[in-house]
Amino acid sequence: MSHGRIMLALSAVVALLFAGSLVTGVADVSPWESLRALVIDDGTPLPLVMREIRLPRAILGVLVGASLGLSGAAMQGLLRNPLAEPGLIGVSGMGALGAVLSIQTGLVGAFALALPTAALAGACLGAVLVFFLAGRGSGTLPLILAGVALSSLAGALTSLALNLSPNPFAASEIVFWMMGSLADRSFEHVAMAAPLMLLGCAALLTTGRSLEALTLGEDAAASMGVDLRRLRLVLVGGVAAAVGAATAVAGAVGFVGLVVPHLLRGAVGGRPARLLPASALGGAALVLAADIAVRLILPGRDLKLGVLMALIGAPVFLHLIWRMRGEP
Amino acid sequence: MTRTFALLLALIAGPAQTAPAAAAQRVVSMNLCTDQLAMLLAAPGQLVSVSPLASDPVSSVMAEQAKAYSANSGLAEDIYLLKPDLVLAGAFTGRATVAMLERLGIPVAIFPPAASIADVRQGMLDMGRALGREPQAEAMVADFDARLSGLASGPGHASRPTAAAYAANGYNPGRSSLSGEIIEAAGFHNLAGDLGMETAGFVPLEALVMADPDLVITGDSYGYTTRAEEILRHPALARLTGGRQPMEDRDWICGLPSVLDAVERLGAARQEVGR
Repeated sequence: MSHGRIMLALSAVVALLFAGSLVTGVADVSPWESLRALVIDDGTPLPLVMREIRLPRAILGVLVGASLGLSGAAMQGLLRNPLAEPGLIGVSGMGALGAVLSIQTGLVGAFALALPTAALAGACLGAVLVFFLAGRGSGTLPLILAGVALSSLAGALTSLALNLSPNPFAASEIVFWMMGSLADRSFEHVAMAAPLMLLGCAALLTTGRSLEALTLGEDAAASMGVDLRRLRLVLVGGVAAAVGAATAVAGAVGFVGLVVPHLLRGAVGGRPARLLPASALGGAALVLAADIAVRLILPGRDLKLGVLMALIGAPVFLHLIWRMRGEP
Repeated sequence: MTRTFALLLALIAGPAQTAPAAAAQRVVSMNLCTDQLAMLLAAPGQLVSVSPLASDPVSSVMAEQAKAYSANSGLAEDIYLLKPDLVLAGAFTGRATVAMLERLGIPVAIFPPAASIADVRQGMLDMGRALGREPQAEAMVADFDARLSGLASGPGHASRPTAAAYAANGYNPGRSSLSGEIIEAAGFHNLAGDLGMETAGFVPLEALVMADPDLVITGDSYGYTTRAEEILRHPALARLTGGRQPMEDRDWICGLPSVLDAVERLGAARQEVGR
């Protein structure tokens, strides 16, 4: 299949799942009626449900999924390691920590974009730490170990911050920040996170050509005129913005950036410049599908997205480790 | 465990182990609800210590009065050093602490949380018996009954508008709960019943919006923004056509005479939305 047709097929899947997300919910109404209520306000509560609850949820599903899928593909391109994934190596966890700290310190009240900005700062710190600790182009083991250490630390500090809160509801939020959910989000969340996610994704999409050169090795890439320092800077910034803003509104949803590039790499012939946009669409499709599934499995109970993603992602992860065993 | 259970049974039947000839002289309470009920019923000087929550105005309706008592940490060590001859605990107060105190030979009276208005009355009588203040407790119950029947016979009960409690994370205490009975005593039809929620649970925002109740009862009192309470500011909730009535947890979480204030406030809200 040509690249254009793959992109077209993925877009169609995303569009279909977007519509599916819009018609999935606890309210017992037909899909046609739901979609009609999206455009025609007949004074019943249904248009309110469609426009203020389901539409922002579906939009966030697309944006969060695209951010995570794209970030995974870009990080894997830079580190030349298929296990690099924002959730696994602690970037999402650090983003969640930043978000929680901004909530607990009251920084969120200071200015409108405080929450995603704090999450961005956390994710940026996480990405820099992992890149620094794992070294570039080095083996899988340092990367995974650095990721394990960082995500445990971020998780522990998030729990600590929430347990220290005088608010009795704070401790119950640990699950949200670690597992992620899109339940009952509003357009306020879309407005807050969308600009940063789009900015991050745009930055990551520009790195395709450089990542392509990097597949030949760092020296070869440098001789082809790729500025490696600039590439790293753009990539860390892009990942931090996309993952940070996604985490600020949806919590830390893991494995999207692992599963999607893994599934699509073969279809795009392993070329990063093609894998990046394909992974963005694939991520959107996967998160939309997972978010539909959590609502079908346990209607109205807010089963966390991360639970489902781990069920899908962990086997892929194990499979990758199995294939890489014996390598240094 | 069996012992705790036996104690609980004993309490439901009437706290036999706390009915010595002489009433307890040094009573320590370690649960927010027993704190407040004991403050209302104890003889002067009889209650020596309450839990720290009792003096927290966010959690307690008797924060001012509670300042007159020393606060205990709720740990066995601290409570033992207060040399109590009776400890008041909730059914879910640290089991290990309660078991430890019993091993140390301190009588512990355990009060289950009130799950209905009948439980509120029973709790008052049980507390009266535990403290040797039966006459005061009976007077309190009589006042309670008189005021409740006054509230229940208010005008406008022919129409029962629908009300829904909606707290942080979409929490709803359910129909068969103290809050549920308070909503019904105020002349409302409780949406929790329509949603099939007999006991406590979480209501998806979508289900609440679709039901479009005449009144949404929310609390938002703990301060310190949290994600859990964010849902109470969701635009869809703000755009509902029904009324909105604030009700903080402290107003109806414990089986106290003041739950009737909650009935009264909701009754006033019913007059408002009924028009």
